[in-house]
Amino acid sequence: MAELLVEMAGISKSFPGVHALDEARFELRAGEVHALVGENGAGKSTLMKILAGIYHRDAGTIKFKGQEVEIASPRAAQDLGISIIHQELNLMGHLTVAQNIFIGREPRGAARFVLDEKALNRKAAELFETLHLKLDPRVRVSGLAVAQQQMVEIAKALSFSSDVLIMDEPTAALTDTEIDELFRIIRHLRERGAGVVHISHRLEELKQISDRVTVMRDGRYIDTVETAEAGIQSIISMMVGRTIFEATPELPEHPDPEVVLEVRHLNRGRAIRDVSFQLRRGEILGFSGLVGAGRTEVVRAVFGADPRDSGEILVHGKPVAIRTPADAVAHGIGYLSEDRKRYGLALKMDVEANVVLASMRRFTGRLGRIKFGRTKAAAEEHVKGLAIKTPSLAQRARNLSGGNQQKVVIAKWLTADTEILIFDEPTRGIDVGAKSEIYRLLNDLAQQGKSIIMISSELPEILRMSHRILVMCEGRITGELDAADASQEAIMTFATQREAIAAA
Amino acid sequence: MQTTTTPSRSRIQSLAKGDSLQRLLALGALMILLAFFSALSEPFRTTDNYISILVATAVNGVLAMGVTFVIITGGIDLSVGTTMTFCSVVMGLVVTNAGFPLWLGIPAALAAGALVGAVNGTLIAKAKIPPFIATLGMLNVTRGLAQILSDVKPIYFEGTPQFYELFMGKFIFGIPNVVFIMFGAAILATLVLNRTVLGRYTFALGSNEEATRLSGVNVDAWKIVVYSVCGLFAGLGGILIAARMTSAQPSVGMGYELDAIAAAVIGGTSLSGGEGSIVGTVIGAFIISTLTIGLSILGVPDQWKLVITGLVVIGAVWLDILRRRGRA
Repeated sequence: MAELLVEMAGISKSFPGVHALDEARFELRAGEVHALVGENGAGKSTLMKILAGIYHRDAGTIKFKGQEVEIASPRAAQDLGISIIHQELNLMGHLTVAQNIFIGREPRGAARFVLDEKALNRKAAELFETLHLKLDPRVRVSGLAVAQQQMVEIAKALSFSSDVLIMDEPTAALTDTEIDELFRIIRHLRERGAGVVHISHRLEELKQISDRVTVMRDGRYIDTVETAEAGIQSIISMMVGRTIFEATPELPEHPDPEVVLEVRHLNRGRAIRDVSFQLRRGEILGFSGLVGAGRTEVVRAVFGADPRDSGEILVHGKPVAIRTPADAVAHGIGYLSEDRKRYGLALKMDVEANVVLASMRRFTGRLGRIKFGRTKAAAEEHVKGLAIKTPSLAQRARNLSGGNQQKVVIAKWLTADTEILIFDEPTRGIDVGAKSEIYRLLNDLAQQGKSIIMISSELPEILRMSHRILVMCEGRITGELDAADASQEAIMTFATQREAIAAA
Repeated sequence: MQTTTTPSRSRIQSLAKGDSLQRLLALGALMILLAFFSALSEPFRTTDNYISILVATAVNGVLAMGVTFVIITGGIDLSVGTTMTFCSVVMGLVVTNAGFPLWLGIPAALAAGALVGAVNGTLIAKAKIPPFIATLGMLNVTRGLAQILSDVKPIYFEGTPQFYELFMGKFIFGIPNVVFIMFGAAILATLVLNRTVLGRYTFALGSNEEATRLSGVNVDAWKIVVYSVCGLFAGLGGILIAARMTSAQPSVGMGYELDAIAAAVIGGTSLSGGEGSIVGTVIGAFIISTLTIGLSILGVPDQWKLVITGLVVIGAVWLDILRRRGRA
């Protein structure tokens, strides 16, 4: 058996309100590609960030080449020979490929403060040679395709002469040919004796590239299997396992048949491909799929936040022109982004100002004067109604907890009298207690006749909440499931239905 | 955690934490400056001198109020000084050259300012040109236009002596009217900023423009409005400076934009947007004029005055950064 590079055992890690890891373990051999799979939030990235020195474990041991080690910082991990490539690229677009790779470690010239650009480019070229990469060290990174930028990241990671390379969803943004190129490099690394950790949501990739698969769920280690011996279906069922919620779904009564929103043949580049769907009164329509499947893109296009190439939107059966969010709001549509801090809240403003932000017209008198009595009353009503925990209406939104921030955004749309509410990952970053409150709220809203689109990457959540589930993969809707016949396995099958498989 | 805290306590908390502290600091600094110069210099502590500080603050104060709106949105307006000049030239043309009455000249100047502001706003909101660049360009455009329209010659308001009287005359307490006009403008600007939907969106734009857009607010249109408001104040500044000089001087105006920005920043308006107040800005403007006049009276050479005022601006911003860091 090959040398054991990494052994992690009993690793636990908590974040405020969340048990991210619970006695998780993982091992990596020299010369293997080890896939790490699990649902969103299963703890894969957290576990690997601990190995890379980005997070600190609360408990557990890490052995590197048989020696117990303390990995206190990313720098310490690099010194050991452990490199991580994040999902998001961390490159400086204005600098060249070589400048990016050796940032902070630039070769100097005769005088200490003079950079030796020639030596820099030569070192980069040598590195590419050993990796069989076709990259010009002198071009600017911003001019490269995403896949090539990914290669630059990999080259940078390997320039630290790494024995362990962790890749967090490296293929999420890549096309098929680019993925092939990436896999070629991964295989090359494996031949050189490096250990590669491959975190991926694309299960069909496992067979192509990995030697072993470790499955995680709810922060726990489930099993490690030889890829050759495992079936995709068995891996899926290990991933989804049981649900962390009570089994009984709290579905509101059957939705009204009236269609309030219809989207026909929506298209935008590769991100949205011929998406059509209907939303009925009082219905919670779940949008499921893996991260990057195009769900957020669809709802943002419907809301007018992003442009679209083609497609028709009908509200109450009438075609409407939605080009800006203002148009959408005028037609009674509200959007609650997954990233509340960036897209949902004016963080420096107080609770009251945020609650009325989308409906100022209703609170404005002559000469644009704000009717403060009315804004205060509206804010008070929702703070009470949604049980928003805040010391006062004058509290800045920045200082609230995640769950209460989410409620403030909900209050904003309730104040604006929207009848179609689009929730994008409504419980992301919210602790378990606040989660069930948000669920109850969604049910109440649906029962009051509001129509809800809910995007969620958590399968139990989408199964529990939705009347109907649409599953997306790579910009297309690959399946529709009724609450009655939906299961985690069925969703996962649709969610991983890439085009090649769909055609076969 | 429940909503049981009394409002008075939360007000005290917000006073201690919020922008009010910077305003108190600025007010304190102004008091210290006044006390310092008054103690040091006999001619400084005369009523006439205090009045001259008030008058000297008027033009910069008015420009700074407009700029405060723009800075709160997270933008900047470098063109206010030359827009002011452009507006005073427009007024001179309307009143002196064309012979229209004063009551047409004043709105003409204000309209010219609002128009320049609207152009700034359109360039920024619609053409997506960064505010720094768009208004830097308009700085030169308005400066050039002022010189073209006036043929680079001052326009004297010889036919309308009531113009000087209207603004520099002393109706109350021997204080020239410009001072009351400045305070009137400050009250109006405070009401607009704190009590109207325009003010609300001004803060919202600076706090989180994308969230504001996604709330269904037409952010492009409101940006144009905010820059127009800034232009309007520049127009008022143009009227005031023309009244003080009894003429429209096409070559003044450069550098006024920096004093205006400095006043806003000293008064606690954050260049990253979302925070600021008119009261703070007015105090900031007073700090600058007190410093300038005080140093002159002490006989400090002009060159050193520049160095000192520059250091004061840097110091004020540094204090603000320290305060923010302490809060985070």
